[in-house]
Amino acid sequence: MIVASLAFYLFAFMAVIGALNVIFQRNPVHSVLWLIFTFFNAAGLFVLLGAEFVAMILVVVYVGAVAVLFLFVVMMLDINIVVMREGFLRYMPIGALIGVVLLVELALVFGGWAISPEASGLRTTPIVAGVSNTQALGAVLYTKYAYLFQVSGVILLVAMIGAIVLTHRRRAGPRRQTIENQVNRSAADTLEIVKVQTGRGVSL
Amino acid sequence: MIPGPLAIGLGHYLTVAAILFTLGIFGIFLNRKNLIVIMMSIELMLLAVNINLVAFSAALGDLVGQVFTMLVLTVAAAEAAIGLAIVVVFYRNRRSIEVEDINRMKG
Repeated sequence: MIVASLAFYLFAFMAVIGALNVIFQRNPVHSVLWLIFTFFNAAGLFVLLGAEFVAMILVVVYVGAVAVLFLFVVMMLDINIVVMREGFLRYMPIGALIGVVLLVELALVFGGWAISPEASGLRTTPIVAGVSNTQALGAVLYTKYAYLFQVSGVILLVAMIGAIVLTHRRRAGPRRQTIENQVNRSAADTLEIVKVQTGRGVSL
Repeated sequence: MIPGPLAIGLGHYLTVAAILFTLGIFGIFLNRKNLIVIMMSIELMLLAVNINLVAFSAALGDLVGQVFTMLVLTVAAAEAAIGLAIVVVFYRNRRSIEVEDINRMKG
């Protein structure tokens, strides 16, 4: 129990510190690295909640794919860090105001809220003790939520096609093979037979 | 895996998620110039929502929250891919990713 509490506070504080650094770092590359740190700590929180599979997915998908994508883009674009920080202090008060308002709203919501007694009776897929989290999730995801699963696959496909269409460009410089031109070539296009008179030579 | 009460109260998790969400909003207002940091703030907000979903899933003993978390993760990944592609294309055209420069669609 005490170990779980210590682990919770460690992960929670580290996640919040990571999030603060994401916002306040000068260099976007450092921001991305702190974002990765935050995701790792959130994964720790998920493990504490007994959602191991989602925790591992978070590490694989976010740290392995999304954060690396961010890192690539940050490093690819030549961003002037100094210019980017202009207006930082100007926007600070309004941002802080809105943040405080939102936090107070959330506190009010959580303050006057309790779990309804009927809530546990309304569960559609109760967690069964003794079954591993991954197995239980798979049993639900591939049967009850199979359509949602497929739709999420379609979303990823659309995102992939969209990203390729947006960023793909044909460069003028490099020569590339055009197979249809090679196949459609005939002898008449390329060969010319010239009768050469002796001693005259030929002009091409 | 956790039948019955959690080792840590649900309110603790909700507090962490609320703080992360607020920091995400704060980041959007603070970094008004850098589009990439704004996208990272959006990722933070999505992470806060995911923490909420998983916390409720564990507290109520219902697996649907975790299924939903995975769908949110999918959408977040797609959003990041498309958003970053748009940022790259925009940078190619304008040599800048400042939010104030994004006004080409304005009539």
